Formats: sequence, structure tokens, C-alpha cells
Amino acid sequence: MKISKSTWLKTVQGAAVAASLSFVSGMAMAADTIKVGVLHSLSGTMAISETTLKDTVLMLVEEQNKKGGLLGKKLEAVVVDPASNWPLFAEKAKELLEKEKVDVMFGCWTSVSRKSVLPVVEGLNGLLFYPVQYEGEESSKNVFYTGAAPNQQAIPAVDYLMKDVGVKRWVLAGTDYVYPRTTNKILEAYLKSKGVAAEDIMINYTPFGHSDWQTIVSDVKKFGSAGKKTAVVSTINGDANVPFYKELANQGVSAEDIPVVAFSVGEEELSGFDTKPLVGHLAAWNYFMSSESPENDAFIKAWHAYIKNTKRVTNDPMEATYIGFKLWVKAVEKVKTTKVDDVSKAIIGLEVPNLTGGTAKMLPNHHLTKPVLIGEIQEDGQFQTVWQTEAEVPGDAWTDFLPESKKIVADWADPKIMCGNYNTETKTCSGQNY
Amino acid sequence: MMKTFLNIVFTVALALLFSPAMAEEDSFAQLLNELGGTNLSKKATALDQLAQLDDERVLPTLEALMNNALYQQKSDNQFVFAESAADGMKITSVVTGAVLDEAVSSRDLRKIITNNSLRSRARNLVAATRLMNKKAEVREAAALELIKSPNIEFLQPLDNAIAREKVPAIQQALQVARGAITLDHPDEIERLKAVQAMDGFEHKQVITLLEQRLQKNADGSFVEPSALVRTTAQEVVDGLKKSEMFYKIIEDTFFGLSLGSVLLLAAVGLAITFGVMGVINMAHGEMIMLGAYTTYVVQLLMPNNIGASLIVAVPAAFLVAGLMGVIIERGVIRFLYGRPLETLLATFGISLILQQLVRTIFSPLNRSVITPEWMSGSLEINGFLSLTYNRLYIVLFALAVLFGLMLLLKKSFFGLQMRAVTQNRAMASSMGIRTGWVDAMTFGLGSGIAGIAGVALSQLTNVGPNLGQAYIIDSFMVVVFGGVGNLWGTFVAAMGLGVANKFIEPLSGAVLAKILMLVFIILFIQRRPRGLFALKGRFVEG
Repeated sequence: MKISKSTWLKTVQGAAVAASLSFVSGMAMAADTIKVGVLHSLSGTMAISETTLKDTVLMLVEEQNKKGGLLGKKLEAVVVDPASNWPLFAEKAKELLEKEKVDVMFGCWTSVSRKSVLPVVEGLNGLLFYPVQYEGEESSKNVFYTGAAPNQQAIPAVDYLMKDVGVKRWVLAGTDYVYPRTTNKILEAYLKSKGVAAEDIMINYTPFGHSDWQTIVSDVKKFGSAGKKTAVVSTINGDANVPFYKELANQGVSAEDIPVVAFSVGEEELSGFDTKPLVGHLAAWNYFMSSESPENDAFIKAWHAYIKNTKRVTNDPMEATYIGFKLWVKAVEKVKTTKVDDVSKAIIGLEVPNLTGGTAKMLPNHHLTKPVLIGEIQEDGQFQTVWQTEAEVPGDAWTDFLPESKKIVADWADPKIMCGNYNTETKTCSGQNY
Repeated sequence: MMKTFLNIVFTVALALLFSPAMAEEDSFAQLLNELGGTNLSKKATALDQLAQLDDERVLPTLEALMNNALYQQKSDNQFVFAESAADGMKITSVVTGAVLDEAVSSRDLRKIITNNSLRSRARNLVAATRLMNKKAEVREAAALELIKSPNIEFLQPLDNAIAREKVPAIQQALQVARGAITLDHPDEIERLKAVQAMDGFEHKQVITLLEQRLQKNADGSFVEPSALVRTTAQEVVDGLKKSEMFYKIIEDTFFGLSLGSVLLLAAVGLAITFGVMGVINMAHGEMIMLGAYTTYVVQLLMPNNIGASLIVAVPAAFLVAGLMGVIIERGVIRFLYGRPLETLLATFGISLILQQLVRTIFSPLNRSVITPEWMSGSLEINGFLSLTYNRLYIVLFALAVLFGLMLLLKKSFFGLQMRAVTQNRAMASSMGIRTGWVDAMTFGLGSGIAGIAGVALSQLTNVGPNLGQAYIIDSFMVVVFGGVGNLWGTFVAAMGLGVANKFIEPLSGAVLAKILMLVFIILFIQRRPRGLFALKGRFVEG
């Protein structure tokens, strides 16, 4: 068979056109999705807490896509595993921003991982939603903090103990790293400002994963037998909690004698505990799974359906992830683009419903308004709310209880300030946002 | 009796308040209903009123409230006591006392919500009634409970109990409880009697109460106006403080021994694999973890026999971890004898694989291992000293494991073979000992013992994928410090480090105590590189 030159040319042309068409359509397909980066550890020590948040983001993405996506495009989640390795967080964030070109990231748990990611998101102008309660003293242009600042968790909890329980003596016990150290510094200053004497405050730090609490619990017991009502404010991190509560129970310290209020023990952690020794101890959060509201019921139902296990619990950082996601979607819909600068300008002032009722509003300092709840641990691993703030508390990036932070404000809406670290006395911005 | 009198007043008051026809029967039900409401302050009032009723159903109700065992049936709002039974919850009616159902789902019940202050109030009220209990230990516990929360309203029940009490020890506890209330009595004689009653009563609360009396008011005057009462109180406090110091030392020693026995348990398996065989086994911690997870699985398999589950878990954990040890030895380590660096890397790899395996099978979350009743609580020696049962059992368990292991090594044929192989492999082999088999079994033994340690640790700490990592450094520390290849050295090192740590900790804090221990060991190894008990003889490598 002889093929004429023209036929051959036509075939080649056709193929080329087809190829280029498919290439173009491939391009179109790629541009058709909005990429959502998920930067949570799926292995290593922090996998215990962070895996759940990865699943939460994936669930929210799936839900949004069922509703038809965003701006007519589908959302596409890009999951990476920084493996509980702090420098790797920065590398993975860089990979998400430079290689995957994600439009937004949800991620980090520990403060040190967030600090390691900060220079990357600021340098490459990314957008990060950080969903965990933390020590404050930070406000970056490119980060939105959807967890609690100290004035939305620690301070109200201490207020509750002081006013409603009548606590006079305080044990501030924590794991030895940045979050407990900063929180305890703020709490100590706050307690002293309320007239608590120095000898009525006992501060104790323990190493990560501390498991031998005999001496400390015995000291706490002694400290608490001075005739004044005593409470422990615990910033003890994750794994060290189980042996701590076990030792308390075994040495006969009950929640009625010396209540422990914890800032790092939530439903997820309780599901891995033998809860018997913990019943009656307290925790302060902005969300409890047991909160009754139609939004919460719907969220729990959706979570159980997505994870295909009705025994899985929901917790506070999940709610923070949910609020962050909803706020971002709302901001993108408002400005009809995913450009970081436009979205971060538009998101300030937006409101979405909290899962506990009420609304969460994004403030100019990139923090949220949140209700504060105090709950007692029940035998089934759930919390029973015993106290709640009347209205939402606005998050304060720089605490008012440390003299060096008092004069500093963060404001990303006021054109005269536009800074996360503005000194109201010298009227200057230090230039460093973290 | 005061109680009857109050009761009458109350019945009358209630009758006046509600309706003349309302009898006691209804007030019990009425108060119960208020207890089931949602307003916590109303509940507190209802609780106090309930305690005043002269009704035999009151005490069980308060006890149930205190123990979170008071429920309402969702279907008809009937109040019930609930306890876990074989297939569901066994419920008993509060009002009639009849057993309603043997197996009700907990979903059909609504718990009566309580909080700390409500429960502690119930605890006090129950204690006041229990002063008349038939059992001596119940009466004593009740008296001790009332020392902790002196309240004028309990003076009458205490006096009644004092009049009847025959046991001297309880009599004294009652007197102290009474004294705690009358310490601020307007009459000086009463106060002096109260102070004298506390003489020699070894209880932390007594010191606190007396010291409060010895303090000064804001205006400079003493809280206790009488000088005589003050000097007596000072003498009593001084005496008590002396014995408190003594018991504090005993307590610290016990804390140290218990930390030491945890170290011993974690390290003794390593003393075999590293000490005897010379294998640097970085996966040792994961063997401990496997043992802890075995405990979890055993508890899942026998949910109704938690008490016995631990005893079953010990051999099970030994088998699981031991088998894994044999597999690792046959599969990897036997190709690497004499190459310590490669062994270290390979076993480190294995440890990561095992961690991720557990994460995949059981989820990255911690698993909850239940502490059986017989391991909870503490043995009260006196008001100054109590030893927690879980630590007590673990000390005994660690000693038993060490003893068993020594017996195995010194008295059994396998132990003989093992020692022969480690001392001179070529000679042992030519005498007909299957050295390969002995290697596998020895490694299996070391791993199996690590598994047993996991069972004990599951009672103290979290059962999660990272459990092993927390103990690997400590284990190596103990074995190296004690002298490689010597079980006695391991024992002495573990106990010595434990006790030293616990005596430093109150002075320096937990973080610094750990650092000081490590610094000490580094310095010690500089002086004596072979540890506390160095092996001597010509088989020791240079």
C-alpha cells in the first residue's frame, strides 16, 4: 500500500492536533481544581493526634465537592507526611507551595512545627490554617489561628476555679517545652495580679513522656493538705497524662479533693485511657463532643459516616479545622479567587457558626472569637459541661498579663498598622512577625 | 437523737410547704426528682434535704450518687441503681428496691449528672452515717473522711459514735475528727482537749489543722489566743513532724525501689540479648511494646475477667515477644554476628517496622488497658505513709522474674548450654551443642522477658506505638552501668539508679534529676568502663 505524502501529513497533523488538544484539556483539567494542602504528621509521635485532623480536612473537602466544589472547580486535597519531624515540616510546606502550588494549607500541631513552617509560608506567601490551642505571642500575615489563644482557654479556666470552686493554692504542672512554659508564665503573672501569694503557687516541669509520677504526686498531695482548696492546672502533654492520673488515683487523690484541670486532654486522648481514675477531673476547651447543637449533631453524623466507625470521637482541634475550612471557603466565595492576598484580606470579619452554638468571627489579629467551656470527665470518656462563658471571647494574640507583651498588638486590617507585632508605645512594628 | 429531731422538723416543714396530706413517702420521691433535674444548686439543696430524711433508702441513694451509679430509665423516668452485669446493666428500683432488669442496655439509661462539689457533699453525708456501720474498717474510713472536712453539723453524729465505739484506734480517730471541729471552740478547755486528742495521731491533716491555729492573724495577734493551748499544739506538731520525716524517707525509698524495679524489668531482657549475647538490639523496646499490646488483646478476649486477664497475659506476652525474638534472630541477626554496627542498624530498622506495624493494625492512638481492682488503690500504713498497690506488685513481680531467670541460667540444662556457648562458642560446638539453636533460644528468652515487662508497664503507662522508645535508653543505661553480662550487676544498677533518682528528684526537679543521673553514669563509665560488676577471666575480650 502506498501512502501519499499529503495523507501522511494529514495524519501527522491530526495526531498533533489531537495530542495538543488533549494536552490543553489536561492543562484545563489541572487548572480546574483548587488544591488544598494537608500538612499533618501521619507517622511518628504526633501521628496519634494529627492523623485525625488529616481525615477531617479530607472529609470537609469531600463534602464541599459534593456541593459542587468551589468557584465551579473541584477541590483536590494534597496530603504530605512530615513524620513528626520539625525541620521536615518546613521542607514539606515548601514542597506543597512550590511544587504542588496549593492554594491553602491546613496543618501543624505542635508549636515548634508551626515555628519551623513560618519562614516558608511567609517567604513564599502561602496561606496556613493552624487548628490547635497554643501559647499565643504570635501573629503572622500568612497564618490564621483557629485554635484557642491563652485568654480563650487557660485564663477562663483559672477564673472558674478561683470564683466557682474557691481554689486558693495552685499547682502549675507541665511538660518541659515552649507551650507549658509560656502558658505557665502567663498564668503565674495572672494569679499574682489577682493577689495569690508566691508560696501558694507551685510550678513543676517534667520531661516528655514522663512515667514515674510518684514523687510529684506525693508533693502535690502535701502541697494540697495545707488547709486551702488546691487545684492542679495541667499542661502535661499527651502520653505523660495516663501515668499521672493513674498515680493520682492510686495515691488516693480524688477530683473532689484536688481537681486537675487539663488543657491537652480531649475526647481523642481519653479514648486511649482507662477513664476510671479520671472521672471528675476537669478540662477546658472551646468545644466538647457532648455539646448539644444541630450543627454539632450534623458534624458528628458526617464524621461517623466518613470514617465508617461510629465509635470515633470528635474533639476541639477538629472543630477548629472545621471552622477554618468554612471560613476559607466563605472568603474565597466572597472574592471569587483563591489568591492569598485577596483571601486573607476578605476573611477578616467573616463569621461562621460554631459547633457549640454561637458564631466564630475572624478578627484582625488572625484569631477567632470562641466560647470557653469547662467540662468534667465522665466514665464514658466524654465531658459534661459544668461552666461556660456567656459570650464568645475574642482571641488575644499578645497576652495582657506579661509586661513585655502588653504593649504589643496585632492588626492586619488597620492600614496604619498592618503588622503582627506593633508596639503601641513606640508606634513601630518590629518587622518580625513571629 | 438529733437526727430524728431534725427529721421531724423537716417533715413538718415539708408538710407545711407542699400539702398537709403529703407523707414522707412522697417527699423521698419528690427530692429524688429534684436530684434528677439539671440545676446543680437545686440538686445540692435536694441532696441536703434528702440526707435529713429518716429513710433506709437514703443511704444507698447517696452512695450510688457518690459512685456515679444512680440512673434514670429513659422510658418512664424511674430512678434506678445500675451496675454492670454479664450482658448489660443490672438495674434495681430506688423507690421499691426491686430488681427490674438483669440486662438493660446503657443507652436506655440516663445518668444523674453530678459534679465534684455534689459528690464530695454526698461523700461527707455518707461518712457521717457510716460512723455507726457494723464493719470496723468502714467506721475507720468514715472517721478519717470527716477529719478531712471538719463541719459543725457532724459534731452530733461524732459524739454519738464516740459514745458507742469500742475499738481504741477508731475511738482515737473519732476523737481527732471531733477535735478538728472543736479546735476553734470558744471555751479554752475544749480547745485544749481537742489539741490533746490529736497527740501522736499520724495524719497529714492534723499537722495542717494545728499549724493553722499557730499562725498569726493579719493584726499580729495569734489565731489561738491561749498560750497554753499554743505550746501544747506546738509540742504535738513537733512530735508529728518528726515521725513524718521518718516516713518520708521510707516513702522515698519505696518510690526509688519501685522505679528501680521498672528499670530492672525493662533491662533484664536486654541483659540477656546484649549482656550475654553481645547483640546491640535496638528493637528491645518494641518487644516490651508487643508485650503491652498482648495484654490489651488478652483483655479484649476476656472482657468479663479483667482481674485474671493480667495473669493470662504474662505467659501470652512471653510467647508473643519470644516468638518474635526467635524470628528476628533467625531472619536477620544470625547473619550479622560479629558486626555490631550492621546489627545496630538492622535492629533499629526492625524497631521502626514493628512500630509502624502496630500503628497499622491497632491505630496510632493509645489503647486503653484496664487496671484490675486488685491493682488499684493503696495500702494505708498510717496517715503519713501509703504504698500504692500497683507499684508494690511490680516490685514483687520484678524480683520474681529476676529470680526465675537466675534459676533458669544456673540450674537448667538450657542455661548450662547457653553459658557454654557464650563463653566459648567453638568449644561448645565441638562438644555437640547446636550453637545456632541455642542462639535463637537465648534471643527468644531475652525478648520474651521484655514482653513480660510490657505486661507490667501496661499498668503504669500508655500502651501505644511509642511505648518501647521511652525505655530503650534507660535499659541500655542500666545494663552498661551494672556491667555487661552480669544479672546481679543489672539488679544492683537498676535499684541503685532508681533510689538515687528518687532522692535527688525532690531537691532538683524531675528534669534535672534525669540529667544528673546521666552525667553520673558518664563519669562512672570513664573510671570503670566495664561497669559495676565487671566479668573477669580469660574469656573476656580485651
